[in-house]
Amino acid sequence: MNERKLTGAEIIWECVVKEQVDVVFGYPGGAILPAYDALEKYRDKIHHVLVRHEQGATHMADGFARASGKVGVAMATSGPGATNMITGLATAMMDSVPIVCITGQVPSSVIGSDAFQEIDITGSTIPVTKHNYLVMDIHELADTIKEAFHVARSGRPGPVLVDIPKDIQNQSIDFQYPENEIDMPGVVNPPGATDEQINTLIHMIEAAERPFILAGHGIIMSEATGQVIQLSEQANIPIGTTLLGIGGVPASHPLVFGMMGMHGETWVNQAIQEADLLIACGMRFDDRVTGKLENYSPNSKKIHIEIDPAEINKNIHVELPIHGDLQTVLSQVNPLMKKQDNRSWLRRIDSWRKESKGKDIIHQDTEMLMGAHVIRKIWEGTKGDALIITDVGQHQMLEAQYYEHEDPRTLLTSGGLGTMGFSLPAGIGASFYEKDREIWIIVGDGSFQMTMTELGTAVQENRNINIAIINNGYLGMVRQWQEMFYEARYSETPILSPDYVKLAGAYGLEAFRVEELGDVIPTMRKAQKQSGPSLIEFVVEKHDMVYPMVPTGADLHEMIERPVKPSNGKLPSEKKESVL
Amino acid sequence: MKQTLIALVEDKPGVLNRIASLFRRRNFNIESLVVGKSETSGISRMTIVANEVDRRKRGNIYFNLLNLVNVVAVKDVSELACVTREFIFIKVQAGPDKLNELNQLVKKFGARIVDMGLDTVIIETADEKEVIDELVESLAPFNISEIMRTGKMSMRRGRTHKVSSEKINATAEEVNWQPEQIHTYHN
Repeated sequence: MNERKLTGAEIIWECVVKEQVDVVFGYPGGAILPAYDALEKYRDKIHHVLVRHEQGATHMADGFARASGKVGVAMATSGPGATNMITGLATAMMDSVPIVCITGQVPSSVIGSDAFQEIDITGSTIPVTKHNYLVMDIHELADTIKEAFHVARSGRPGPVLVDIPKDIQNQSIDFQYPENEIDMPGVVNPPGATDEQINTLIHMIEAAERPFILAGHGIIMSEATGQVIQLSEQANIPIGTTLLGIGGVPASHPLVFGMMGMHGETWVNQAIQEADLLIACGMRFDDRVTGKLENYSPNSKKIHIEIDPAEINKNIHVELPIHGDLQTVLSQVNPLMKKQDNRSWLRRIDSWRKESKGKDIIHQDTEMLMGAHVIRKIWEGTKGDALIITDVGQHQMLEAQYYEHEDPRTLLTSGGLGTMGFSLPAGIGASFYEKDREIWIIVGDGSFQMTMTELGTAVQENRNINIAIINNGYLGMVRQWQEMFYEARYSETPILSPDYVKLAGAYGLEAFRVEELGDVIPTMRKAQKQSGPSLIEFVVEKHDMVYPMVPTGADLHEMIERPVKPSNGKLPSEKKESVL
Repeated sequence: MKQTLIALVEDKPGVLNRIASLFRRRNFNIESLVVGKSETSGISRMTIVANEVDRRKRGNIYFNLLNLVNVVAVKDVSELACVTREFIFIKVQAGPDKLNELNQLVKKFGARIVDMGLDTVIIETADEKEVIDELVESLAPFNISEIMRTGKMSMRRGRTHKVSSEKINATAEEVNWQPEQIHTYHN
């Protein structure tokens, strides 16, 4: 039944449609031409976004996936088209983002002959994909694409690449979609926690006097916000987040204390170092989170709830490993958890916070426009409710510090790989899912120049995005390291920018430049009124640094804080009620 | 003691590449790898020996291997009772005058002479690593010109971990013992 004669190219689209994909980011070329030709028949079901560079396609698929929780799809031709995808695949791999990349390949008869635009892309991408496929038989094409989506979203999600030779796309077979359930013996769902593990966990929390929850990206992927908050409230446990955990728990919650790690809050790092119990939820003890491993939270017992068993005990030894899906495990724990009293512990963390807040740049008078102030104004100007996509560098850390996120999937950022150039394409990708929230892309002048070619895509697709370039004329984070660790020799970090207002003008956009703090919000209002892309360049202080900072190789609590300048005498305006 | 792993893997193109890539990428030291068809079509069985003594790292190797999509099941048999063998061909330069002496030595080790040229002899044996090392040492005076040696193969004594072609999934559970492994490695 339902058998039709279809080409391989048509089968690709049939399968993509079956996965409920309605947008694909890609770039045509020789070896993928049959698929692009067949796309014409699927116009009513699939919207194709023509990117300007294949790296952009992968970041768009990635941004779409991070914003939606669905699988993002990118397409490219063989050879250079495929190799341009490697950075995007690696970015998605490091941050566990489900994307499927479909590449054309030279005809199967000439594979291995160094044919025009031939590259062994499956061989090349083994280290940067969760799995990949080279389809050598049209009869296996549909099963393979179905499997690829399954692998991308199952367990710990990740990127999958499917390489399809041109002749396979051109062949025809009688086609019937494989409706059978996927049977992959190498892909198994993680178990929940055992009763013994649950009892031990509860006992450890009951015995602890200074417990602390480390909230990671897993909370967002497992949709475990409610469970984590419930555990935290029931047992009165303070929460700190990783960079990718931001938004996984609401920043305004009295038990949520902010980000941990290299540029995390001093009081969060201090709490981690002094804790007697860490409950790590869906995170992987990255070096940016732990500081020097040997002295990381030296007096605590550790519980690690994690979907990927290869992450457990990789960097940090834990007393109680629980391999499982976070939401499942915490749903087992919460009904058995009794109320705990950790008042004095919470009071201590709060006092560290109060002490540290006074040194915050946000409360200091400055003549120049500071990056931190711009981010804070964007937070105010969007009522803290925008979808923010950041790039990599100082502005990224400032965003993490000064934009308070209340909802999951409202901050998209390249954490693990730290891919400069991520934000503009990822923001374009996310805009195809997020239609209600305002979208702000916060990007440095260095990062923006890496992928600003995608402005063309944003204009062609008329995306409703706001681009905020934080321009300090330097590769700021590198410059910061040079200042701190290389005796201020600024080797190759000053960087020229084009006139961004004119650049946007060349694409037919009205853009703005802001140099005064008072102009930030009024200019934002102008940008918000525009439909389609808008761009604001914020010219900020060139030499500012991101504080606090844990230098590499230092213990987590050995943070360098901002040198205190004379304050304006006003007390820090606390948004949050005190915990107690 | 070295880490010995037995893995059931899907017999698909690129599987060896994926395993080799994993070991290189994670900076694990692979000492030897032997692979061949298993009793089930479409499934190969591997013995992998890794040069890692740290328990935590061993666990990391185990779970990274298991994470590969084409790897159906892995069992760490480092501390379990196993039969183990390596195989070796040794070519020595030996004329007819040395044959008697060589014959006696070879017999003592339970090895065999499998080829005799004008002035070369090929000896083969399958044995445990230590015995083979000793054989090689004993043959040194005969002027060894070539050695061809496999890595270690292991099979667990007793209970059979059979892969039935219909139910590879059930076998995966049987061979993986995941919860047990987590505790073994993590404590």
